Amino acid sequence: MGAQPIADNLFTDDNMTALVGARNKQTGQIFFPLPLTPNDNIEPIALATRGTVWTYTVQRFPPKTPYAGPADPVNFKPYVVAYVSLPGQTMVESRLTGVEPEDVKIGMEVEFTAIPLDPDAPADQQIMIHAFQPV
Amino acid sequence: MSDVCIVGAGIHPFGRTEGLDGMDQGVYAVKQALADTSIAWEDVEFAFGGSSASGAADTMVSQLGLTGIQFINVSNGCATGGSALNAAASAIKSGEYELGMAVGFDKHPRGAFNADPAAYGLPNWYGEAGYMLTTQFFGAKIMRYLHENGLSTEALGRVSEKAFRNGAKTDHAWRRSEVDLETIMNAPLISDPLNKYMFCSPAEGAVALILASEKKAKELGGPMIRLKTSVMRTRPPGSFEVFAASIDNERGGTATELAAKAAFEQAGMGPEDIDVAQLQDTESGAEIMHMAENGFCPHGDQEKWLIEGRTEINGALPVNTDGGCLACGEPIGASGLRQVYENVIQLRGTAGEHQVPGDPKTAYTQVYGAPGVAAVTILQR
Repeated sequence: MGAQPIADNLFTDDNMTALVGARNKQTGQIFFPLPLTPNDNIEPIALATRGTVWTYTVQRFPPKTPYAGPADPVNFKPYVVAYVSLPGQTMVESRLTGVEPEDVKIGMEVEFTAIPLDPDAPADQQIMIHAFQPV
Repeated sequence: MSDVCIVGAGIHPFGRTEGLDGMDQGVYAVKQALADTSIAWEDVEFAFGGSSASGAADTMVSQLGLTGIQFINVSNGCATGGSALNAAASAIKSGEYELGMAVGFDKHPRGAFNADPAAYGLPNWYGEAGYMLTTQFFGAKIMRYLHENGLSTEALGRVSEKAFRNGAKTDHAWRRSEVDLETIMNAPLISDPLNKYMFCSPAEGAVALILASEKKAKELGGPMIRLKTSVMRTRPPGSFEVFAASIDNERGGTATELAAKAAFEQAGMGPEDIDVAQLQDTESGAEIMHMAENGFCPHGDQEKWLIEGRTEINGALPVNTDGGCLACGEPIGASGLRQVYENVIQLRGTAGEHQVPGDPKTAYTQVYGAPGVAAVTILQR
């Protein structure tokens, strides 16, 4: 068993190439993620893989439960949480990867990727979450 | 319709009180308010009350007296206190009652509020992957606001500096020591750009207000503090709220803007008519955004206002004269009523060391919180 996505219906495919969003068939509004309960008015849609950082913050302290990532206060590594604007779709809340908190800029171009929740976990046990990285 | 007057106000000091649960503090505040009004519990005809984490308000009748009173519980998130006041005022305006009470209290454990994704209709992965933190929302929201409006992070520090300066002068405040701007700006970050001096903490406390019709208030004889309006609103499309896995590209207005507009219309006043204001400051950035959302200054002018001291106790528009949530902490059920309590003592001229000079006549409160609710009151003496 290789790396596994953190949840079903989050990514479009096993290679985790894009996120699954939701589209309201009546209003056209696109949002993320798919609702927990099926709804005839909502259809899944692949979200764009390129966008720009609309805003961001940095998680500086280890979160409490239900956080399932590494939360040891000594070795905790702060992570960036951004809203990434996907043109014509929606803004997705997502971690940024491959950039230090000090170097993040609003307006920065980013592309979709998947990253392990705990980079130190053995490769075959990794749980994958969504992220964007600078282009 | 009768005007509604606030004829009595009681508070249990905010902060941490070992040995007293939230309900006990609520009862304490009610007794203070009754004494302040020189009435007995038996005189109170009805009550609205609520807490977020300290139980059903109506059960406090077992400590206050089983008078058979109508006592309705209110649960409206961060607007719980504001909604209790709103409902109590309506009951008097309608002519059904002459004298009633609004009460709010709470006691929260230390540290950031713990939240369960399912309670917000979110999948479990949202919490597991590290997004279920209110602090992230506040950081991301003010990061964008500063960027859009050309404001610096030092403006955030100035709000905190003022809050602690005012809190140091306020008996009911929790944080009673001043902190200088340099210390604030060099403190460890919590959620960029906000650091540990820029967030309020969950806390404990209680407030009770006694409301009366104009006729009854005249009989009671105290200073006539009129509740000109009390408005509660929910969010419009395109607002930016906590725990949003996505937000629309097209941005919209806020619950606060809706509540402020309605309140000014109902009171027949504008922002320029207000002498003192208590604005929701869950974190420093909230006070900055709310200065503009309530119409007191244009977006982007806040830093200039802070540098010039316009929102200090002796400024043109004193804001958060008791140190706000930053200095008092945030017991959810009581927080909105604390703002009104502070305005009552300001209008009576009994605020002591933190009294606004110049005999203030009009006072404004605004509370904002999850899940996109806002409540505004305007008082006039």
